[in-house]
Amino acid sequence: MSSELNALLGKGWKKPPFIKRAWLRWTLLAGFAAYLVAAVSTVPVNWARVYEGLDRGAAFVMAFTSPDFISRGGDIWSGMVESIVMTVAASVVGIAISIPIGLGAARNIAPLPVYLICRGIVAISRALQEIIVAILLVAIFGFGPLAGFLTLSFATIGFLSKLLAEDIEAMDRAQAEAIRASGARWLQWINYGVQPQVMPRLIGLSMYRLDINFRESAILGLVGAGGIGATLNTAFDRYEYDTAAAILILIIVIVMALEYLSGVIRARVQ
Amino acid sequence: MPVLEREDRQIWRRRSRGQALTHWAAWLTGTAIFVYCWQQISEATTWFFVWDAPNIAGDIWTRATPPRWEYITQLGRPIWDTLNIATLGTLLALLMAVPVAFMAARNTTPSRLFIRPVALLIIVATRSINALIWALLLIAIIGPGVFAGVLAIAIRSIGFCAKLLYEAIEEIDQTQVEAITATGASRWQVMAYGIVPQIMPAFAGISVFRWDINIRESTVLGLVGAGGIGLQLQSSLNVLAWPQVSLILLVILVFVVVGEWVSAKVRGAII
Repeated sequence: MSSELNALLGKGWKKPPFIKRAWLRWTLLAGFAAYLVAAVSTVPVNWARVYEGLDRGAAFVMAFTSPDFISRGGDIWSGMVESIVMTVAASVVGIAISIPIGLGAARNIAPLPVYLICRGIVAISRALQEIIVAILLVAIFGFGPLAGFLTLSFATIGFLSKLLAEDIEAMDRAQAEAIRASGARWLQWINYGVQPQVMPRLIGLSMYRLDINFRESAILGLVGAGGIGATLNTAFDRYEYDTAAAILILIIVIVMALEYLSGVIRARVQ
Repeated sequence: MPVLEREDRQIWRRRSRGQALTHWAAWLTGTAIFVYCWQQISEATTWFFVWDAPNIAGDIWTRATPPRWEYITQLGRPIWDTLNIATLGTLLALLMAVPVAFMAARNTTPSRLFIRPVALLIIVATRSINALIWALLLIAIIGPGVFAGVLAIAIRSIGFCAKLLYEAIEEIDQTQVEAITATGASRWQVMAYGIVPQIMPAFAGISVFRWDINIRESTVLGLVGAGGIGLQLQSSLNVLAWPQVSLILLVILVFVVVGEWVSAKVRGAII
Protein backbone atom coordinates (compact mmCIF):
# COMPACT_ATOMS: atom_id res chain seq x y z
CA MET A 1 0.00 0.00 0.00
CA SER A 2 1.34 3.40 -0.94
CA SER A 3 2.48 5.77 1.76
CA GLU A 4 0.15 8.43 0.39
CA LEU A 5 -2.87 6.27 1.03
CA ASN A 6 -1.50 5.34 4.47
CA ALA A 7 -1.29 8.97 5.41
CA LEU A 8 -4.87 9.52 4.35
CA LEU A 9 -6.34 6.46 6.10
CA GLY A 10 -8.21 7.18 9.26
CA LYS A 11 -8.68 10.85 8.47
CA GLY A 12 -12.08 12.33 7.77
CA TRP A 13 -12.82 13.16 4.14
CA LYS A 14 -13.00 16.83 3.26
CA LYS A 15 -14.54 18.36 0.19
CA PRO A 16 -11.74 19.56 -2.12
CA PRO A 17 -11.89 23.36 -2.54
CA PHE A 18 -12.80 24.94 -5.89
CA ILE A 19 -9.56 26.93 -6.00
CA LYS A 20 -6.61 24.80 -4.88
CA ARG A 21 -4.06 27.40 -3.81
CA ALA A 22 -5.08 28.57 -0.34
CA TRP A 23 -3.55 32.08 -0.49
CA LEU A 24 -5.19 32.76 -3.85
CA ARG A 25 -8.53 31.55 -2.54
CA TRP A 26 -8.38 33.81 0.51
CA THR A 27 -7.11 36.85 -1.44
CA LEU A 28 -9.90 36.47 -3.97
CA LEU A 29 -12.49 36.03 -1.26
CA ALA A 30 -11.24 39.02 0.74
CA GLY A 31 -10.97 41.21 -2.35
CA PHE A 32 -14.43 40.22 -3.44
CA ALA A 33 -15.89 40.91 0.01
CA ALA A 34 -14.18 44.32 0.10
CA TYR A 35 -15.54 45.17 -3.34
CA LEU A 36 -19.01 44.03 -2.34
CA VAL A 37 -19.02 46.24 0.74
CA ALA A 38 -17.77 49.23 -1.26
CA ALA A 39 -20.30 48.63 -4.04
CA VAL A 40 -23.32 48.11 -1.82
CA SER A 41 -22.47 51.13 0.32
CA THR A 42 -22.36 53.39 -2.76
CA VAL A 43 -25.67 52.27 -4.20
CA PRO A 44 -28.18 54.72 -2.82
CA VAL A 45 -31.49 53.07 -2.04
CA ASN A 46 -34.40 55.24 -1.02
CA TRP A 47 -36.37 52.64 0.92
CA ALA A 48 -39.26 55.03 1.56
CA ARG A 49 -39.61 55.53 -2.20
CA VAL A 50 -39.38 51.78 -2.77
CA TYR A 51 -42.08 51.19 -0.18
CA GLU A 52 -44.33 53.76 -1.83
CA GLY A 53 -43.74 52.09 -5.18
CA LEU A 54 -44.83 48.67 -3.95
CA ASP A 55 -48.49 49.58 -4.54
CA ARG A 56 -47.70 50.47 -8.13
CA GLY A 57 -45.68 47.28 -8.48
CA ALA A 58 -48.66 45.29 -7.25
CA ALA A 59 -50.91 47.21 -9.65
CA PHE A 60 -48.58 46.27 -12.49
CA VAL A 61 -48.51 42.61 -11.54
CA MET A 62 -52.29 42.65 -11.33
CA ALA A 63 -52.40 44.26 -14.79
CA PHE A 64 -50.98 41.03 -16.18
CA THR A 65 -54.16 39.25 -15.15
CA SER A 66 -56.28 41.74 -17.09
CA PRO A 67 -54.19 42.99 -20.01
CA ASP A 68 -55.87 45.60 -22.17
CA PHE A 69 -55.38 44.82 -25.85
CA ILE A 70 -58.35 46.92 -27.00
CA SER A 71 -58.20 50.58 -25.97
CA ARG A 72 -54.82 51.20 -27.64
CA GLY A 73 -55.31 48.37 -30.12
CA GLY A 74 -54.46 50.49 -33.16
CA ASP A 75 -51.16 51.72 -31.71
CA ILE A 76 -50.16 48.27 -30.52
CA TRP A 77 -50.97 46.73 -33.90
CA SER A 78 -49.05 49.30 -35.94
CA GLY A 79 -46.08 49.20 -33.54
CA MET A 80 -45.96 45.39 -33.62
CA VAL A 81 -46.18 45.30 -37.43
CA GLU A 82 -43.38 47.85 -37.64
CA SER A 83 -41.22 45.82 -35.23
CA ILE A 84 -41.78 42.61 -37.20
CA VAL A 85 -41.14 44.35 -40.54
CA MET A 86 -37.90 45.83 -39.22
CA THR A 87 -36.83 42.50 -37.78
CA VAL A 88 -37.43 40.55 -41.00
CA ALA A 89 -35.85 43.12 -43.32
CA ALA A 90 -32.84 43.66 -41.06
CA SER A 91 -32.27 39.92 -40.59
CA VAL A 92 -32.37 39.29 -44.36
CA VAL A 93 -30.00 42.14 -45.18
CA GLY A 94 -27.76 41.43 -42.19
CA ILE A 95 -27.42 37.74 -43.06
CA ALA A 96 -26.78 38.56 -46.72
CA ILE A 97 -23.96 40.94 -45.79
CA SER A 98 -22.51 38.78 -43.05
CA ILE A 99 -21.98 35.75 -45.33
CA PRO A 100 -19.22 37.38 -47.42
CA ILE A 101 -17.76 39.02 -44.31
CA GLY A 102 -17.86 35.68 -42.51
CA LEU A 103 -16.02 34.06 -45.43
CA GLY A 104 -13.47 36.85 -45.28
CA ALA A 105 -13.01 36.51 -41.53
CA ALA A 106 -12.16 32.79 -41.73
CA ARG A 107 -8.38 32.40 -41.72
CA ASN A 108 -8.35 29.15 -43.72
CA ILE A 109 -10.17 30.72 -46.68
CA ALA A 110 -9.22 34.38 -46.80
CA PRO A 111 -5.79 35.95 -47.44
CA LEU A 112 -4.38 37.98 -44.55
CA PRO A 113 -5.37 41.54 -45.65
CA VAL A 114 -8.99 40.51 -46.28
CA TYR A 115 -9.00 38.63 -42.98
CA LEU A 116 -7.82 41.67 -41.03
CA ILE A 117 -10.37 44.01 -42.65
CA CYS A 118 -13.26 41.61 -42.04
CA ARG A 119 -12.20 40.93 -38.43
CA GLY A 120 -12.03 44.72 -37.93
CA ILE A 121 -15.61 45.13 -39.17
CA VAL A 122 -16.74 42.33 -36.86
CA ALA A 123 -14.97 43.88 -33.87
CA ILE A 124 -16.49 47.32 -34.45
CA SER A 125 -19.97 45.92 -34.90
CA ARG A 126 -19.71 43.83 -31.74
CA ALA A 127 -18.24 46.56 -29.54
CA LEU A 128 -21.06 49.04 -30.14
CA GLN A 129 -24.33 48.52 -28.31
CA GLU A 130 -27.43 48.42 -30.50
CA ILE A 131 -29.09 51.28 -28.70
CA ILE A 132 -26.05 53.56 -29.05
CA VAL A 133 -25.84 52.80 -32.77
CA ALA A 134 -29.57 53.55 -32.96
CA ILE A 135 -29.11 56.94 -31.29
CA LEU A 136 -26.41 57.91 -33.79
CA LEU A 137 -28.37 56.60 -36.78
CA VAL A 138 -31.52 58.41 -35.67
CA ALA A 139 -29.48 61.61 -35.47
CA ILE A 140 -28.19 60.98 -38.99
CA PHE A 141 -31.17 59.47 -40.84
CA GLY A 142 -34.05 60.97 -38.87
CA PHE A 143 -36.78 59.23 -36.88
CA GLY A 144 -38.43 56.11 -38.21
CA PRO A 145 -37.94 52.42 -38.90
CA LEU A 146 -35.09 53.00 -41.38
CA ALA A 147 -32.73 53.84 -38.51
CA GLY A 148 -33.91 50.74 -36.63
CA PHE A 149 -33.51 48.60 -39.72
CA LEU A 150 -29.94 49.82 -40.24
CA THR A 151 -29.09 49.32 -36.56
CA LEU A 152 -30.31 45.74 -36.50
CA SER A 153 -28.57 44.91 -39.80
CA PHE A 154 -25.32 46.32 -38.44
CA ALA A 155 -25.61 44.34 -35.22
CA THR A 156 -26.47 41.15 -37.14
CA ILE A 157 -23.26 41.46 -39.16
CA GLY A 158 -21.02 41.37 -36.09
CA PHE A 159 -22.82 38.44 -34.48
CA LEU A 160 -23.32 36.22 -37.50
CA SER A 161 -20.00 36.84 -39.29
CA LYS A 162 -18.02 35.99 -36.18
CA LEU A 163 -19.83 32.71 -35.49
CA LEU A 164 -19.90 31.76 -39.18
CA ALA A 165 -16.17 32.43 -39.49
CA GLU A 166 -15.47 30.27 -36.44
CA ASP A 167 -17.55 27.48 -37.95
CA ILE A 168 -15.72 27.70 -41.27
CA GLU A 169 -12.37 27.61 -39.49
CA ALA A 170 -13.45 24.41 -37.74
CA MET A 171 -14.64 22.67 -40.92
CA ASP A 172 -13.28 19.45 -42.41
CA ARG A 173 -10.48 20.36 -44.82
CA ALA A 174 -10.53 17.05 -46.69
CA GLN A 175 -13.99 17.62 -48.12
CA ALA A 176 -13.12 21.06 -49.44
CA GLU A 177 -9.83 19.70 -50.79
CA ALA A 178 -11.66 17.00 -52.73
CA ILE A 179 -13.83 19.58 -54.49
CA ARG A 180 -10.79 21.65 -55.32
CA ALA A 181 -9.01 18.57 -56.71
CA SER A 182 -11.85 18.07 -59.18
CA GLY A 183 -10.86 21.40 -60.77
CA ALA A 184 -13.53 23.58 -59.24
CA ARG A 185 -13.38 27.36 -59.49
CA TRP A 186 -13.30 29.44 -56.29
CA LEU A 187 -17.05 29.98 -56.22
CA GLN A 188 -17.73 26.29 -56.92
CA TRP A 189 -15.28 25.39 -54.20
CA ILE A 190 -17.18 27.57 -51.69
CA ASN A 191 -20.56 26.38 -52.96
CA TYR A 192 -19.85 22.61 -52.96
CA GLY A 193 -16.94 22.24 -50.56
CA VAL A 194 -17.61 24.74 -47.76
CA GLN A 195 -21.29 25.65 -47.86
CA PRO A 196 -22.72 22.15 -47.22
CA GLN A 197 -20.55 21.84 -44.12
CA VAL A 198 -21.63 25.10 -42.49
CA MET A 199 -25.21 25.35 -43.77
CA PRO A 200 -27.00 23.66 -40.83
CA ARG A 201 -25.25 25.88 -38.34
CA LEU A 202 -25.79 28.97 -40.47
CA ILE A 203 -29.52 28.30 -40.57
CA GLY A 204 -29.63 27.71 -36.82
CA LEU A 205 -27.69 30.90 -36.10
CA SER A 206 -29.86 32.90 -38.49
CA MET A 207 -33.00 31.77 -36.71
CA TYR A 208 -31.41 32.65 -33.38
CA ARG A 209 -30.45 36.08 -34.67
CA LEU A 210 -34.00 36.64 -35.97
CA ASP A 211 -35.16 35.99 -32.43
CA ILE A 212 -32.59 38.44 -30.96
CA ASN A 213 -33.44 41.07 -33.56
CA PHE A 214 -37.10 40.93 -32.63
CA ARG A 215 -36.28 41.37 -28.95
CA GLU A 216 -33.97 44.28 -29.73
CA SER A 217 -36.51 45.89 -32.04
CA ALA A 218 -38.78 46.23 -29.03
CA ILE A 219 -36.42 48.75 -27.41
CA LEU A 220 -35.29 50.72 -30.46
CA GLY A 221 -38.50 52.74 -30.27
CA LEU A 222 -37.26 54.28 -27.00
CA VAL A 223 -34.80 56.38 -28.97
CA GLY A 224 -37.11 56.98 -31.93
CA ALA A 225 -35.92 54.22 -34.23
CA GLY A 226 -39.38 52.73 -34.87
CA GLY A 227 -41.16 49.65 -33.57
CA ILE A 228 -43.23 48.78 -30.53
CA GLY A 229 -40.85 50.47 -28.05
CA ALA A 230 -42.37 53.92 -28.52
CA THR A 231 -45.86 52.64 -27.69
CA LEU A 232 -44.52 50.76 -24.69
CA ASN A 233 -42.67 53.81 -23.42
CA THR A 234 -45.79 55.96 -23.73
CA ALA A 235 -47.81 53.34 -21.89
CA PHE A 236 -45.32 53.37 -19.00
CA ASP A 237 -45.18 57.16 -18.91
CA ARG A 238 -48.95 57.39 -18.67
CA TYR A 239 -49.07 54.61 -16.03
CA GLU A 240 -51.32 52.58 -18.35
CA TYR A 241 -50.10 49.29 -16.92
CA ASP A 242 -52.80 47.18 -18.55
CA THR A 243 -51.70 48.34 -22.01
CA ALA A 244 -48.02 47.85 -21.11
CA ALA A 245 -48.84 44.36 -19.83
CA ALA A 246 -50.62 43.58 -23.10
CA ILE A 247 -47.56 44.66 -25.12
CA LEU A 248 -45.17 42.67 -22.90
CA ILE A 249 -47.38 39.58 -23.20
CA LEU A 250 -47.38 39.96 -26.99
CA ILE A 251 -43.57 40.25 -27.03
CA ILE A 252 -43.19 37.16 -24.84
CA VAL A 253 -45.63 35.16 -26.98
CA ILE A 254 -43.88 36.12 -30.22
CA VAL A 255 -40.46 35.31 -28.77
CA MET A 256 -41.75 31.93 -27.58
CA ALA A 257 -43.24 31.22 -31.02
CA LEU A 258 -39.96 32.18 -32.70
CA GLU A 259 -38.01 29.97 -30.32
CA TYR A 260 -40.31 27.03 -30.99
CA LEU A 261 -40.07 27.62 -34.75
CA SER A 262 -36.30 27.83 -34.65
CA GLY A 263 -36.18 24.63 -32.61
CA VAL A 264 -38.25 22.82 -35.24
CA ILE A 265 -36.17 24.20 -38.12
CA ARG A 266 -32.88 23.39 -36.40
CA ALA A 267 -34.04 19.84 -35.67
CA ARG A 268 -34.93 19.41 -39.37
CA VAL A 269 -31.69 20.70 -40.87
CA GLN A 270 -29.35 18.83 -38.52
CA MET B 1 -29.03 10.65 -57.15
CA PRO B 2 -30.94 13.09 -59.37
CA VAL B 3 -29.74 12.86 -62.94
CA LEU B 4 -30.79 14.89 -65.95
CA GLU B 5 -30.97 13.03 -69.31
CA ARG B 6 -30.19 15.18 -72.29
CA GLU B 7 -29.26 13.88 -75.78
CA ASP B 8 -28.53 10.44 -74.33
CA ARG B 9 -26.07 11.91 -71.87
CA GLN B 10 -26.50 11.85 -68.14
CA ILE B 11 -25.76 15.04 -66.28
CA TRP B 12 -25.44 15.15 -62.51
CA ARG B 13 -27.87 17.49 -60.71
CA ARG B 14 -27.75 18.58 -57.13
CA ARG B 15 -31.53 18.40 -56.66
CA SER B 16 -34.37 16.43 -58.20
CA ARG B 17 -37.12 18.33 -60.03
CA GLY B 18 -39.47 18.33 -57.04
CA GLN B 19 -36.76 19.52 -54.70
CA ALA B 20 -35.75 22.26 -57.10
CA LEU B 21 -39.37 23.45 -57.35
CA THR B 22 -39.85 23.60 -53.57
CA HIS B 23 -36.54 25.38 -53.27
CA TRP B 24 -37.57 27.90 -55.86
CA ALA B 25 -40.99 28.46 -54.25
CA ALA B 26 -39.37 29.04 -50.87
CA TRP B 27 -37.02 31.62 -52.34
CA LEU B 28 -39.94 33.32 -54.11
CA THR B 29 -41.98 33.56 -50.88
CA GLY B 30 -38.98 34.79 -48.96
CA THR B 31 -38.20 37.47 -51.52
CA ALA B 32 -41.84 38.58 -51.61
CA ILE B 33 -41.92 38.93 -47.83
CA PHE B 34 -38.68 40.88 -47.86
CA VAL B 35 -39.89 43.23 -50.62
CA TYR B 36 -43.11 43.85 -48.69
CA CYS B 37 -41.15 44.64 -45.52
CA TRP B 38 -38.82 46.94 -47.37
CA GLN B 39 -41.81 48.76 -48.87
CA GLN B 40 -43.25 49.30 -45.39
CA ILE B 41 -39.97 50.74 -44.15
CA SER B 42 -39.58 52.87 -47.25
CA GLU B 43 -43.07 54.35 -46.85
CA ALA B 44 -42.35 55.36 -43.26
CA THR B 45 -39.06 57.05 -44.20
CA THR B 46 -38.53 60.67 -45.14
CA TRP B 47 -36.13 60.06 -48.01
CA PHE B 48 -35.07 63.69 -48.16
CA PHE B 49 -33.36 63.26 -44.78
CA VAL B 50 -31.68 60.09 -45.96
CA TRP B 51 -30.20 61.76 -49.04
CA ASP B 52 -28.97 64.51 -46.75
CA ALA B 53 -27.46 61.98 -44.33
CA PRO B 54 -23.80 62.25 -45.48
CA ASN B 55 -23.86 66.00 -44.79
CA ILE B 56 -25.43 65.47 -41.39
CA ALA B 57 -22.96 62.73 -40.51
CA GLY B 58 -20.07 64.98 -41.54
CA ASP B 59 -21.54 67.81 -39.51
CA ILE B 60 -21.88 65.62 -36.40
CA TRP B 61 -18.34 64.36 -36.89
CA THR B 62 -16.88 67.88 -37.01
CA ARG B 63 -18.87 68.84 -33.91
CA ALA B 64 -17.86 65.68 -32.01
CA THR B 65 -14.10 65.91 -32.62
CA PRO B 66 -11.98 66.47 -30.71
CA PRO B 67 -13.60 64.92 -27.60
CA ARG B 68 -13.75 67.17 -24.55
CA TRP B 69 -11.02 65.39 -22.58
CA GLU B 70 -11.34 67.41 -19.37
CA TYR B 71 -14.90 66.08 -18.97
CA ILE B 72 -13.37 62.72 -18.01
CA THR B 73 -12.93 63.88 -14.41
CA GLN B 74 -16.72 63.81 -14.06
CA LEU B 75 -17.02 60.26 -15.40
CA GLY B 76 -15.32 58.39 -12.54
CA ARG B 77 -18.41 57.99 -10.39
CA PRO B 78 -20.71 57.04 -13.29
CA ILE B 79 -18.27 54.32 -14.38
CA TRP B 80 -18.12 52.98 -10.80
CA ASP B 81 -21.94 52.95 -10.74
CA THR B 82 -22.02 51.14 -14.07
CA LEU B 83 -19.62 48.49 -12.79
CA ASN B 84 -21.74 48.06 -9.68
CA ILE B 85 -24.94 47.72 -11.70
CA ALA B 86 -23.35 44.96 -13.77
CA THR B 87 -21.70 43.09 -10.88
CA LEU B 88 -24.42 43.35 -8.25
CA GLY B 89 -27.04 42.66 -10.91
CA THR B 90 -25.23 39.49 -11.96
CA LEU B 91 -24.86 38.32 -8.34
CA LEU B 92 -28.55 38.89 -7.58
CA ALA B 93 -29.48 37.16 -10.81
CA LEU B 94 -27.39 34.11 -9.93
CA LEU B 95 -28.98 33.93 -6.48
CA MET B 96 -32.40 33.79 -8.10
CA ALA B 97 -31.40 31.71 -11.10
CA VAL B 98 -30.05 28.73 -9.14
CA PRO B 99 -33.37 27.66 -7.56
CA VAL B 100 -35.20 28.35 -10.83
CA ALA B 101 -32.71 26.18 -12.71
CA PHE B 102 -33.09 23.29 -10.24
CA MET B 103 -36.85 23.56 -10.56
CA ALA B 104 -36.67 23.62 -14.35
CA ALA B 105 -34.28 20.70 -14.88
CA ARG B 106 -36.12 17.46 -15.63
CA ASN B 107 -33.99 15.37 -13.27
CA THR B 108 -34.15 17.65 -10.21
CA THR B 109 -37.54 19.31 -10.42
CA PRO B 110 -39.84 18.56 -7.47
CA SER B 111 -42.84 18.27 -9.77
CA ARG B 112 -42.78 17.93 -13.53
CA LEU B 113 -46.42 18.75 -13.90
CA PHE B 114 -46.76 21.91 -11.82
CA ILE B 115 -43.42 23.44 -10.87
CA ARG B 116 -41.44 22.83 -14.07
CA PRO B 117 -43.83 24.81 -16.33
CA VAL B 118 -43.77 27.72 -13.86
CA ALA B 119 -39.97 27.73 -13.84
CA LEU B 120 -39.86 27.58 -17.63
CA LEU B 121 -42.33 30.47 -17.81
CA ILE B 122 -40.11 32.55 -15.51
CA ILE B 123 -37.13 31.76 -17.75
CA VAL B 124 -38.91 32.69 -20.97
CA ALA B 125 -40.58 35.82 -19.59
CA THR B 126 -37.41 37.29 -18.08
CA ARG B 127 -35.33 36.37 -21.11
CA SER B 128 -37.57 37.82 -23.80
CA ILE B 129 -37.83 41.30 -22.29
CA ASN B 130 -34.85 43.58 -22.66
CA ALA B 131 -33.05 45.10 -19.66
CA LEU B 132 -34.05 48.59 -20.83
CA ILE B 133 -37.73 47.68 -20.66
CA TRP B 134 -37.28 46.16 -17.21
CA ALA B 135 -35.53 49.39 -16.22
CA LEU B 136 -38.43 51.49 -17.54
CA LEU B 137 -40.85 49.38 -15.55
CA LEU B 138 -38.79 49.46 -12.36
CA ILE B 139 -38.29 53.20 -12.61
CA ALA B 140 -42.04 53.63 -12.77
CA ILE B 141 -42.32 51.45 -9.66
CA ILE B 142 -39.36 52.32 -7.42
CA GLY B 143 -38.11 55.56 -8.90
CA PRO B 144 -34.98 56.36 -10.96
CA GLY B 145 -31.48 55.52 -9.75
CA VAL B 146 -28.77 52.90 -9.61
CA PHE B 147 -30.93 50.50 -7.58
CA ALA B 148 -33.48 50.26 -10.41
CA GLY B 149 -30.61 49.50 -12.78
CA VAL B 150 -29.29 46.71 -10.54
CA LEU B 151 -32.72 45.13 -10.32
CA ALA B 152 -33.33 45.49 -14.08
CA ILE B 153 -30.06 43.72 -14.88
CA ALA B 154 -30.78 41.07 -12.26
CA ILE B 155 -34.26 40.26 -13.55
CA ARG B 156 -33.15 40.23 -17.17
CA SER B 157 -30.29 37.83 -16.39
CA ILE B 158 -32.35 35.26 -14.46
CA GLY B 159 -33.74 33.63 -17.59
CA PHE B 160 -30.40 33.49 -19.36
CA CYS B 161 -28.47 32.02 -16.42
CA ALA B 162 -31.24 29.64 -15.40
CA LYS B 163 -31.65 28.33 -18.96
CA LEU B 164 -27.97 27.55 -19.42
CA LEU B 165 -27.71 26.16 -15.90
CA TYR B 166 -30.70 23.84 -16.18
CA GLU B 167 -29.34 22.49 -19.45
CA ALA B 168 -26.08 21.77 -17.63
CA ILE B 169 -28.00 20.05 -14.81
CA GLU B 170 -29.87 17.87 -17.28
CA GLU B 171 -26.59 16.73 -18.83
CA ILE B 172 -24.95 15.55 -15.59
CA ASP B 173 -23.63 12.04 -15.15
CA GLN B 174 -26.38 10.13 -13.33
CA THR B 175 -24.06 7.42 -11.99
CA GLN B 176 -22.35 9.87 -9.61
CA VAL B 177 -25.71 10.92 -8.23
CA GLU B 178 -26.64 7.27 -7.80
CA ALA B 179 -23.37 6.55 -5.98
CA ILE B 180 -24.03 9.33 -3.49
CA THR B 181 -27.63 8.18 -3.05
CA ALA B 182 -26.42 4.63 -2.41
CA THR B 183 -24.41 5.83 0.61
CA GLY B 184 -27.69 6.85 2.21
CA ALA B 185 -27.35 10.57 1.65
CA SER B 186 -30.36 12.80 2.09
CA ARG B 187 -31.90 14.79 -0.77
CA TRP B 188 -29.83 17.90 0.04
CA GLN B 189 -26.63 15.91 0.49
CA VAL B 190 -27.15 14.33 -2.91
CA MET B 191 -27.52 17.79 -4.35
CA ALA B 192 -24.43 19.15 -2.59
CA TYR B 193 -22.10 16.19 -3.28
CA GLY B 194 -23.60 14.56 -6.39
CA ILE B 195 -24.92 17.38 -8.54
CA VAL B 196 -23.23 20.64 -7.53
CA PRO B 197 -19.61 19.53 -8.16
CA GLN B 198 -20.62 18.43 -11.67
CA ILE B 199 -22.23 21.73 -12.65
CA MET B 200 -19.73 23.99 -10.87
CA PRO B 201 -17.51 24.64 -13.93
CA ALA B 202 -20.58 25.39 -16.06
CA PHE B 203 -21.91 27.66 -13.34
CA ALA B 204 -18.67 29.64 -13.11
CA GLY B 205 -18.50 29.94 -16.90
CA ILE B 206 -22.10 31.13 -17.12
CA SER B 207 -21.61 33.75 -14.40
CA VAL B 208 -18.57 35.25 -16.06
CA PHE B 209 -20.24 35.14 -19.48
CA ARG B 210 -23.33 36.90 -18.18
CA TRP B 211 -21.22 39.46 -16.30
CA ASP B 212 -19.54 40.30 -19.59
CA ILE B 213 -22.93 40.84 -21.28
CA ASN B 214 -24.18 42.85 -18.31
CA ILE B 215 -21.18 45.18 -18.52
CA ARG B 216 -22.38 46.09 -22.01
CA GLU B 217 -26.02 46.39 -21.06
CA SER B 218 -25.39 48.47 -17.94
CA THR B 219 -23.68 51.20 -19.97
CA VAL B 220 -26.96 52.13 -21.66
CA LEU B 221 -29.41 51.72 -18.78
CA GLY B 222 -28.93 55.37 -17.90
CA LEU B 223 -30.69 56.36 -21.12
CA VAL B 224 -33.99 55.66 -19.38
CA GLY B 225 -32.79 56.96 -16.01
CA ALA B 226 -31.49 53.83 -14.30
CA GLY B 227 -28.07 55.17 -13.34
CA GLY B 228 -24.59 54.61 -14.66
CA ILE B 229 -22.73 56.29 -17.47
CA GLY B 230 -25.77 56.24 -19.75
CA LEU B 231 -27.19 59.04 -17.62
CA GLN B 232 -24.29 61.28 -18.64
CA LEU B 233 -24.71 60.19 -22.24
CA GLN B 234 -28.39 61.10 -22.20
CA SER B 235 -27.84 64.52 -20.62
CA SER B 236 -25.03 65.32 -23.07
CA LEU B 237 -27.22 64.26 -26.00
CA ASN B 238 -30.08 66.39 -24.71
CA VAL B 239 -27.97 69.54 -24.79
CA LEU B 240 -26.28 68.46 -28.06
CA ALA B 241 -22.84 68.55 -26.40
CA TRP B 242 -21.26 66.36 -29.08
CA PRO B 243 -17.65 66.61 -27.78
CA GLN B 244 -18.87 65.14 -24.48
CA VAL B 245 -20.87 62.48 -26.32
CA SER B 246 -17.82 61.34 -28.24
CA LEU B 247 -15.75 61.18 -25.06
CA ILE B 248 -18.45 59.15 -23.28
CA LEU B 249 -18.69 56.76 -26.22
CA LEU B 250 -14.91 56.30 -26.11
CA VAL B 251 -15.01 55.61 -22.37
CA ILE B 252 -17.83 53.10 -22.86
CA LEU B 253 -15.84 51.38 -25.60
CA VAL B 254 -12.75 51.10 -23.40
CA PHE B 255 -14.89 49.91 -20.46
CA VAL B 256 -16.52 47.20 -22.56
CA VAL B 257 -13.21 46.04 -24.05
CA VAL B 258 -11.60 45.86 -20.59
CA GLY B 259 -14.62 43.93 -19.31
CA GLU B 260 -14.33 41.48 -22.17
CA TRP B 261 -10.61 41.05 -21.52
CA VAL B 262 -11.16 40.41 -17.80
CA SER B 263 -13.89 37.87 -18.47
CA ALA B 264 -11.76 36.10 -21.07
CA LYS B 265 -8.90 35.88 -18.54
CA VAL B 266 -11.16 34.58 -15.78
CA ARG B 267 -12.81 32.06 -18.08
CA GLY B 268 -9.37 30.90 -19.20
CA ALA B 269 -8.35 30.42 -15.56
CA ILE B 270 -11.49 28.44 -14.70
CA ILE B 271 -11.67 26.10 -17.67
